[in-house]
Amino acid sequence: MSQSFDVISSQLKKRHRKSARLKWISMSALGLAGLFLVLFFADMLSKGLPAFQQAYIQVELEYNEDATRMGRAAMDPEVARLVSRTFERLIPGQLRANPELLGTSETRWVLATSEVDQYLKGHDNKLRGNQQEVVDELIEAGRLELRFNTTFFTRGDSKMAESAGILSAAVGTVLTMLVTLAISFPIGVMTAVYLEEFAPDNRFTQLIEININNLAAIPSILFGLLGLAIFISFFGVPRSSPLVGGMTLALMTLPVIIIATRTALRSVPDSIRHAAFGVGCSRWQVVRDHVLPLAMPGIMTGSIIGLAQAMGETAPLIIVGMVAFIPDVSASFTQAATVLPAQIFTWAGEPERAFVEKTAGGILVLLSILIFLNATAVILRKKFERRW
Amino acid sequence: MQTNQHLILFLGGLLLLGLIAFILGRSKAARVRASGQAMYAQPDQYAWFTVVATAGPALLVGAVGAFLMLLVGAEIPTAYLLAVSLAVAAIGAAVGIRCVRPDFHAREAIERVIRWLLVSAALISIFTTFGILFSIVFEALRFFQMHNFWEFITGTVWNPGASFLAAAGRADDASSAAQFGSVPLFAGTFMITAIAMLVAIPIGLLAAIYMAEFAPQRVRTLAKPTLEVLAGIPTVVYGFFAAITVAPIIVNIAGFFGLDASFNNAVAPGVVMGIMIIPFISSLSDDVINSVPDSMRQGSLALGMTKGETIRDVVIPAALPGIISASLLAVSRALGETMIVVMAAGMRPNLTANPLEDMTTVTVRIVAALTGDLEFESAETLSAFALGLVLFAVTLSLNLVSVLMIRRFRAKYRVNNL
Repeated sequence: MSQSFDVISSQLKKRHRKSARLKWISMSALGLAGLFLVLFFADMLSKGLPAFQQAYIQVELEYNEDATRMGRAAMDPEVARLVSRTFERLIPGQLRANPELLGTSETRWVLATSEVDQYLKGHDNKLRGNQQEVVDELIEAGRLELRFNTTFFTRGDSKMAESAGILSAAVGTVLTMLVTLAISFPIGVMTAVYLEEFAPDNRFTQLIEININNLAAIPSILFGLLGLAIFISFFGVPRSSPLVGGMTLALMTLPVIIIATRTALRSVPDSIRHAAFGVGCSRWQVVRDHVLPLAMPGIMTGSIIGLAQAMGETAPLIIVGMVAFIPDVSASFTQAATVLPAQIFTWAGEPERAFVEKTAGGILVLLSILIFLNATAVILRKKFERRW
Repeated sequence: MQTNQHLILFLGGLLLLGLIAFILGRSKAARVRASGQAMYAQPDQYAWFTVVATAGPALLVGAVGAFLMLLVGAEIPTAYLLAVSLAVAAIGAAVGIRCVRPDFHAREAIERVIRWLLVSAALISIFTTFGILFSIVFEALRFFQMHNFWEFITGTVWNPGASFLAAAGRADDASSAAQFGSVPLFAGTFMITAIAMLVAIPIGLLAAIYMAEFAPQRVRTLAKPTLEVLAGIPTVVYGFFAAITVAPIIVNIAGFFGLDASFNNAVAPGVVMGIMIIPFISSLSDDVINSVPDSMRQGSLALGMTKGETIRDVVIPAALPGIISASLLAVSRALGETMIVVMAAGMRPNLTANPLEDMTTVTVRIVAALTGDLEFESAETLSAFALGLVLFAVTLSLNLVSVLMIRRFRAKYRVNNL
């Protein structure tokens, strides 16, 4: 007996304490990861929510002769400096189109500049002291206020923060995703059906399998290089277009859809196949009429997740030129377009303070779409999941 | 547009011929059947076979013709192509209808066509890999014709700014020679990856241990998808977060300790990338720890080990191949990550060991080289492909090693769900 019971039991206490410590440390690691998530969303919300409000200003417009050349002349000079230049520029054209307006006057609520907007929201701004006094007076008089920012959802990109919106990027995203889905869904499902239901287990099949797993782990920027060298330089697909962006993203989404479809096909029990073969179906009839319909919910779930992933992807799209400045909405597959994440990237590079808010606002929109898509996938899985 | 009209004509003609073939094939099969002869297939299947016989060869001829015109540059008038492919369609329809005989296996013929369609879909993923490989290797070789391979791998100065002078025929100006030494870029990449791993591996692994060994089932089913949200956030969003929120915090903390930090320091993108990668490690490690057989835990507990000792000395060593595999995948992910570093790391190639200075990475330079207004032929643009080649080689080998390790683990414990 080299050690007494006392020594051993005192060691035991220490050992159990150590064990409990591991539990607490590992639990706090999980907590830390959760804390990051909470902090991240709190930060994005606090930065992005103000973007959904915008300063509007009430101006009296006097349509005089000078205003046909310079829109600014229609307004009180003190107030004119606070009004967005995008509105000012519209006045001369409007007067030329409707000459009968000349000599009349009206009162309207119009967009204020981003500096006024930032001042109202209590951020840094470049308003001078006397301008701030004018702004304060206008607020007192109820002629300047924050309203819901419809511009953000109804306009394309702009160099002026107050009139920049996400509509052109949103349309670009929809077009790009249509191309992506149209290519990757059929090809992905067909590949998975071949590998699971038709392929013999030989070298060639193994090569395809290893290759698909590897494709899923290749850095996304390399897909951009492929798009640039092969789609744009070799096949002559128009640069910056939703077509080339969608094709590039389709190749990236392919492995996700293939892997999800294979899992869904594998979860259909063999008894179904045996029964179908038993009544004389051919292989394709078994797949088309029995296996695929049963696997469809799983395939849809996987495709939605793949789509959400592709929707947030930026790097390959930058390489194929989809970070263009697109002020007007265009619904063409072959003209230059931009997508939501690329728009976020562009705005993040703008030096003006007001664009930080726009960027975070765009991020909130993108995140809501992604959360919506993923929630749909989860609900789909919950609703149609079948235990055999 | 002549070509577009021809295309519409082609598709319309094909649709019409296909419809005629379907109706004729079906009625012929129905007639044969009505006469009391036993047939190998249903009338519908014969009808579909005639449609395939009509459209398949015609589409093939059209596609080959278009391919020759677009890529090889052969001068084929589209009207000829249209006529030839429609003629082929008509011949196909005639042959297809002739094939509607009681002893013809229409169903198996369709089956064979479908099989080939599926094989060709499966081949697209192979073409994608080769497409990436060839596009990168081909352009990278052109780069290495202009610049020495060893200088690229071992050089310590990355200064492509003057490469346009070479294009202008002034390459001899000694002072303006462009230099493509990639060591600073790789140093920056590895620094940021290392910081990311310092964040991700401990947190991810400990979180996995908690989820697999300590947490009640309810917490586990909730925590895993919640953590995976971290991996679902777009990288451009993380980039913004790193540049706007984290970088100033790092600068402030460094300032508090009297250190001078750049706003483009390597710590901010590194830490944020680490947060993004946590679920990659925690999810896979959790699966691996869960598939360590319970008999090993029982054996260890029966010998009087505490729970903590069992985890440390039995479970983790057993799960190690899987954990290493997860970490390698995470490293490969971090090396190729682009948006976070483009938005939060610096642009200046800087060979330093101080993570508070600004440094740049391989992916940042790839983006910088390909988004400027440079010509495609210039050395700077081509250098992006050389960098891409190195990135491809490194991530490919990491992925392959990772796959091999998880295979070994799977073979050892006969686990099938990894």
